[in-house]
Amino acid sequence: MPLQEILLQQLANGLILGSFYALVALGYSMVYGVIKLLNFAHGDLYMVGAFAGFGCLSLFSGWLGAGWAGIVPSILLSMVAVGLLGVVIDRIAYRPLREAPKLSVLITALAVSMVLENTVLAFTGGQFTAFSTDLGFAGIDLGLVHVTYTQMVLVGTSIVLMVVLELFVSRTRYGRAMRAIAIDPDACRLMGIDVNRTIALTFFIGSALAAASGVLAGVYYGSINFFMGFLIGLKAFTAAVIGGIGNIPGAMLGGLLLGLLEAFGTQIPGIGGQWKDVFVFAFLILFLVFRPTGILGKPEVERM
Amino acid sequence: MALLEIAGMSLSFGGIEVLRDLDFAVEEGSITSLIGPNGAGKTSVFNCLTGFYRPRTGQITLAGGRIDRLAPHRVTRLGLARTFQNLRLFRELTAAENVMAGRHCRTGAGALDAVLGTRRHRREEAAIAEAAQRWLGFVGIPDAAERVAGSLPYGHQRRVEWARALATEPRLLLLDEPAAGLNASEKEELIALMRRIRDELGITILLIEHDMGLVMQVSEHIGVLDHGRKIAEGTPDKVQNDPLVIEAYLGRDEDEASEAA
Repeated sequence: MPLQEILLQQLANGLILGSFYALVALGYSMVYGVIKLLNFAHGDLYMVGAFAGFGCLSLFSGWLGAGWAGIVPSILLSMVAVGLLGVVIDRIAYRPLREAPKLSVLITALAVSMVLENTVLAFTGGQFTAFSTDLGFAGIDLGLVHVTYTQMVLVGTSIVLMVVLELFVSRTRYGRAMRAIAIDPDACRLMGIDVNRTIALTFFIGSALAAASGVLAGVYYGSINFFMGFLIGLKAFTAAVIGGIGNIPGAMLGGLLLGLLEAFGTQIPGIGGQWKDVFVFAFLILFLVFRPTGILGKPEVERM
Repeated sequence: MALLEIAGMSLSFGGIEVLRDLDFAVEEGSITSLIGPNGAGKTSVFNCLTGFYRPRTGQITLAGGRIDRLAPHRVTRLGLARTFQNLRLFRELTAAENVMAGRHCRTGAGALDAVLGTRRHRREEAAIAEAAQRWLGFVGIPDAAERVAGSLPYGHQRRVEWARALATEPRLLLLDEPAAGLNASEKEELIALMRRIRDELGITILLIEHDMGLVMQVSEHIGVLDHGRKIAEGTPDKVQNDPLVIEAYLGRDEDEASEAA
């Protein structure tokens, strides 16, 4: 293949991969931004979202078909269901530990992750489930690269969700309440802000975005399994750190950047497909060492 | 009529009594002060009122409704606001956003409205922004709106905190040492501002303060705490001449006693 074609192809792959990462990273980053919890179960919500979307699509396909007419409502339903699951997880696992040391909550998050993975494992027997759709390979040719409509819709949906989220957090009273809680929850209570409810809303939105990403990934890759959330959880964390954790535009940027790095990384001689994860996590280490606040994160200022 | 009534309130932490059988009332439309030596339990009273501490016994009623078992955000919604001795601003947000956060409890567009950007939500956001600007104007810092709160001079940060408290539309405003760290002319402005809040907005004020000159000048009614008990209450004149009050201050700290005299 000519070099130009390879580069363009990897650019397309990188953007798609990156938009999955970005959507998951957003939820990661949002929850961290508000309650300073690294929700290790977040990647598993992506996985549960994929299964929920698969379930919905199986129900709808007889009636709406397995094209976008069936996929769109499946995505929406999966987002609502997983959003509520996120709220329930917060309520029973994290909220009782709100005043506990951070480490306890972190360990709890790992436990929640295992519960989700193993529950789905028990139901699916660990098999790969084929996520078949009627989406073909129709698309447009951009120079040397063929971009399918599916790919465009995936990237488009991710971008729309990210923009909506950014506007929500920066322009609405709920977003303001979230940002205020991140700074001083007790002062928020004195403003009449229902802190627990706002945190629940944060979990709902973050989990719903992870679910959207999960369904889109299922649609794109055509198969899902109980373990698919593990690696993407770690990568989303990496993306959030690269962009500046707790920072929404940072999570988007980090996600897209990571997707591109991974796509182009596979093309570097000597790295290739098997080494791509090593390549990606090496970046995490580099960022943690040299710029722990990420690209867009502000350095932490010690309070007097 | 009393806007706030505390009856038989006791508070203890791990067997140590912080407040003992406290009775106190704040008349509607008054400026009332709570004074006492350090560690007398004044801030604990505020924390009980705002719902952060749960008193062991006793009742607190605000405008006739009990508030002593309510979560803090519910108390705020019923019309109680406070400021802090050490400012508790959202330092990374702008002054306007701080005040807008104070409007949270008085606005109601749902999260779905917000996501969809409905007209109802846009209109409400505009009203919130306008109210924030109005409150910043009321406390005398209309130009601070777009500045990040943490970057403002100390005196202005205080005012932002006041504007934020006022934005919750309280009936009763609790001020925790509002004069701390202010110079003489700033204290004059503070007194004028407190009077405007009471006279123009009809908001009742309860303050904790160490500056006796200011307390005597501004208050209509004063309660004195010592070791978690109320040892005196009444008009500034009466309290100033109360032998128990003088003893409480003299017994502990020469400086504060001379301020009280």
